[in-house]
Amino acid sequence: MSATTTPLPESPVAWKLPYRGRVGMACLIFAESAIFTIFVVAYLYYVGKSLTGPTPREVLETPIFYTICLLSSSLTIHFAGKLLERGRRGAFLLLWLLTIALGALFLYGTGQEWHRLIYEHGLTISTNLFGTTYYSLVGLHAFHVTAGLVMLSVVLFFGLAGRVGPEHSARVDVLSLYWHFVDAVWVVVFTVVYVLGR
Amino acid sequence: MSSDAIAIQPAEAAGRPWVETLHEWVTTVDHKRLGILYILYALFFLVIGGIEATVIRIQLMRPHNDFVSPQVFNRMFTMHGTTMIFFVAMPVLFGFANYLVPLMIGARDMAFPRLNAFSFWLTAFGGLLLYFSFVGGNGLYGAGNAPDVGWWAYAPLASRAFSPGHSSDYWTIALLASGFGSIGTAINIIATIISMRCPGMKLSRMPLLAWLNLVMSGMVLLAITPLSAAQLMLLVDRYLGGHFFDTQAGGSATLWMHFFWIFGHPEVYVLIIPCFAFASEIIPVFSRKPIFGYPVMVGATVCIAFVSMSVWAHHMFTIGMNSYANSFFTITTMAVGVPTGIKIFNWLGTMWGGKIQFKTPMLFCIGFLFQFLIAGLTGIMMASSPFDWQLSGSYFVVAHFHYVIVGGILFALFGAFYYWYPKITGRMLNESLGKLHFWLFLVGFHVTFDLMHIPGLLGMPRRIYTYEPGRGWDTLNFLVTIGAFIQGIATVVFVANLIISYFKGAMAGNDPWDAWTLEWSVSSPPPVYNFASIPRVASRRPLWDLKHPEDPDSRYE
Repeated sequence: MSATTTPLPESPVAWKLPYRGRVGMACLIFAESAIFTIFVVAYLYYVGKSLTGPTPREVLETPIFYTICLLSSSLTIHFAGKLLERGRRGAFLLLWLLTIALGALFLYGTGQEWHRLIYEHGLTISTNLFGTTYYSLVGLHAFHVTAGLVMLSVVLFFGLAGRVGPEHSARVDVLSLYWHFVDAVWVVVFTVVYVLGR
Repeated sequence: MSSDAIAIQPAEAAGRPWVETLHEWVTTVDHKRLGILYILYALFFLVIGGIEATVIRIQLMRPHNDFVSPQVFNRMFTMHGTTMIFFVAMPVLFGFANYLVPLMIGARDMAFPRLNAFSFWLTAFGGLLLYFSFVGGNGLYGAGNAPDVGWWAYAPLASRAFSPGHSSDYWTIALLASGFGSIGTAINIIATIISMRCPGMKLSRMPLLAWLNLVMSGMVLLAITPLSAAQLMLLVDRYLGGHFFDTQAGGSATLWMHFFWIFGHPEVYVLIIPCFAFASEIIPVFSRKPIFGYPVMVGATVCIAFVSMSVWAHHMFTIGMNSYANSFFTITTMAVGVPTGIKIFNWLGTMWGGKIQFKTPMLFCIGFLFQFLIAGLTGIMMASSPFDWQLSGSYFVVAHFHYVIVGGILFALFGAFYYWYPKITGRMLNESLGKLHFWLFLVGFHVTFDLMHIPGLLGMPRRIYTYEPGRGWDTLNFLVTIGAFIQGIATVVFVANLIISYFKGAMAGNDPWDAWTLEWSVSSPPPVYNFASIPRVASRRPLWDLKHPEDPDSRYE
């Protein structure tokens, strides 16, 4: 009903609702958290229940460097977003590229660790319960990093083509929310696998 | 309000090739069309699931029956349960939510129309995959086609060793696909309700249907995801040789049960809350009174959502948990009864002193009210763990949850069909056929599911393909099957009514029920853009305000 036919006394008030992209991403993060929770519960439930070796204590090495890479990418993407908002496209692209590089470095670290575990220690997903839960949980996270990198790269390509401006700032923020989530999950996974799980 | 709708007719020239129409429907991102697709898809599977139920009932009609083999019987109850929950109840409720939520909150579409289409097609693909198992499930082993491990697929039954071939894989992947579809739709519903409301539509003014679907969607995010995670684990076990649920390698069968029921019990509320929503819209309109206790209704729903997340292990009393766990889950389960009781009280409070019109939608809602109450009472009985130890896995449980799903959910759904069919198609459903449908279904329902409690109490276990004569179950099972046929006939009446009324029904007009929510302000069926100009509301009943400018609700807010 248009204002002319409406006999309602309501005066036109400012009507501002949250941005749907942010709400949608918040919901996705909520749902993903539940998925990760189930995998984390399974991991913790099976800690020390493997019937055969190798055990986490024997083979796991704490990936401090790659963890720092991933966590600092949260900072770079945050400032990239800020720069885009202010219209500084060049600086935005640079930090965006740095974010992708840090994420890729983290993935490389995961790959290297898996290579070492598989070829040096003979630990695969079917070796024992530790292998099953470890590769599933870390793999699920790595999958999310990969998905994030794909999305970040899409933005990068559009950015390089000059198609990303301050007007897209809200959308870029949504993506950055996802990336923060991936980093936060790593904090949990790191704690569970490399600290509690040993 | 519809008078100022812009008179743009969709370019529907009479002689358009059908391929073009089909293409339009397949590629649509319109929330109304997707809603209709969801509903039609669910109705299709309702018929299939109903046929499976009939096969089960014919087999159990008399002792030592050999209508189907034990193997086929296992497939039938597995497929019946899986189909009815994932490919009937979920899609039909999402369909109604899709169709109604944007119209009720004064929006032109959902927040993410393309995600909406994607979610629907994922769900549709899931259903097709599940049924493709009849063709492709054999694998190389000749190991039987359709899934036959029960709808909860307890470990180790679903492991490679005990379920060779691909039947369990079809089950897993079908549920995974439709689960992602459900998550997408839930995200969409929440974003729509949070971000797309028309000016003045505060949360405290939203129709209860929108409120309850908001809560339901939040629960989907929290409840479907554990199932998806567990399915991923099962896939790792079956395809990559993992050991999540492999007891031989130290894995735990109990963990699967926990994961499944962390999904499974909230799922019941995911299904019933939208039905509460239907009742909360229909009962006030046919009692000619606003809903009694609106804020309490919202609060009770949120309360149910919270409590229902901590009751799952009442499905697992018989696995031998310790006494603390048993007490905890007994208490939480009984606690769910409190907010549910508040809701029933409020619906009765709405009817109390109202000018009740016993039209078909109202009849179904009244049926829903009383049957859901009884279903809740048997639920409270089984919440007490010692009672459950006796009756778990018996036909008493089967009778209980069918009382919830058929007596509660399906009755409210039928009410919703009769209530919103005029809006969706522009024509009224035939009232006489509707009453016939109601009474036939009511009789059939009670013959089947009231009586089904008794063989359960007498010790008849669920999922058996046949039984010995002379245990006092024979006559009861025969009558239960007769009731199933009566329900089948009633469903035929319903489907016939849907089809006949589509062509011959009386024209509905914008607002056949003299209702109060925004969807009745637009034409029936609504135009593609829903609202020519975005409405502005000042109370919970915008149409009442419009029809009664001398005494609008907004005056009392």
